Amino acid sequence: MARVFWCILIRDLTLAMRRRTDVLTTLFFFVIVVSLFPLGVGTERKILEILGPGVVWVAALLASMLALERLFAADYEDGTLEQMLLTAQPLSLLVLAKISAHWILTGLPLVLIAPLVGMQYHLTGTAIWVMMLALLLGTPILSLIGAIGAALTLGLRGGGILLSLLILPLYIPVLVYGAGAVEVSRIDLMDVQPYLMLLGAFFLIALILAPLASSAALRISLE
Amino acid sequence: MRPEAATLMLEVVGLECRRGDRRLFSGLGLTLEAGTLLHVRGRNGSGKTTLLRTLCGLFAPDAGEVRWRGESIRDLGDEYRRDLLYFGHLNGIKGELTGIENLAIAATLDGDRVATADIWTALERIGLAGFEDLPTRMLSQGQKKRVALARLMLSRAKLWVLDEPFTALDVDAVSLLQGLIAGHVAGGGLTVLTTHQEVPLTSGQVARLDLGS
Repeated sequence: MARVFWCILIRDLTLAMRRRTDVLTTLFFFVIVVSLFPLGVGTERKILEILGPGVVWVAALLASMLALERLFAADYEDGTLEQMLLTAQPLSLLVLAKISAHWILTGLPLVLIAPLVGMQYHLTGTAIWVMMLALLLGTPILSLIGAIGAALTLGLRGGGILLSLLILPLYIPVLVYGAGAVEVSRIDLMDVQPYLMLLGAFFLIALILAPLASSAALRISLE
Repeated sequence: MRPEAATLMLEVVGLECRRGDRRLFSGLGLTLEAGTLLHVRGRNGSGKTTLLRTLCGLFAPDAGEVRWRGESIRDLGDEYRRDLLYFGHLNGIKGELTGIENLAIAATLDGDRVATADIWTALERIGLAGFEDLPTRMLSQGQKKRVALARLMLSRAKLWVLDEPFTALDVDAVSLLQGLIAGHVAGGGLTVLTTHQEVPLTSGQVARLDLGS
């Protein structure tokens, strides 16, 4: 089981390393969207402090959206996805491996670059730590939920737009609690705990259900 | 324990498939025993690929069912897929990965522990010596197909379902593939294939099925 999981994980990471543009696009998109707001709104410290957490999270949602379309599409086009469906391995395990690789390539870089974008919004050191922690819990949820949408819209014309309409509403709880955690950290650090725990709970639920739902959706899409 | 050879059988019962409003075939029934090759023939659009995909369980039939060793493939699930090797219109190899990497991944997914040396040998036999380390997108159409076909040598699947395996192959590769299929069938395996080319399939028992007539 673990061998197959690693095999797919390493495979997807290797593929991304040989085609780096896909990974860098997401990261630069995130950085640029976040940087546009201070330019547009002005550098008033008070406003930026209020806007910061929300903007970073919205940008993270959109950036993860951007990469989702390619999650299964490349494998679908060259027939490797079809072969995965025909192996004796549990499909949800293969899908989980693909989602993990997707998160390492598109979610983890956002977590790591968060301090840099946080500084543009005058976030304090504590707020930045809270934001990184919230992103660390939240971005895997985005990849997991997004995979269901990516599997459902596979092979459809104009699937990208449909995908955003399907998935963005489901991202709302992550946005509310993720941005909320950073918001309340400015008042009292102890208030952050319930927000992070809720994000953690979402993560666990998504971790169990999303691979199952995505693999069921893939079987439908490939028919 | 059931005797292996006696139960190794593919059955199709009352199969009906539709694409949109069009009925491709209905009431299709056949039995394929170990050591047989089934050659599916028919015009373009007569439903050959749909039939093959249905046999693999990729496409759900509108009526009827496919049975393997006497049980419905829907119930067998992973157990059936362990015995199955499907070769479709798409090669199912990654252009960014080398032939070796592609085959190693395919073998891992099949649950086989294949030594790297065996993969090298397989690629050499299929005529790709010297190309093993190149990303497969650099290879020609026929060479890509050869990489995909090397899976046949490494697989232990009992049932081969091959959709147009001979297209884009040169004379040498065609005769090599014929040899592989003949060997598989002679060894008690089953093969279902479609081809438009006049390829002599001399191996063992050959059954023919004409669709759309």
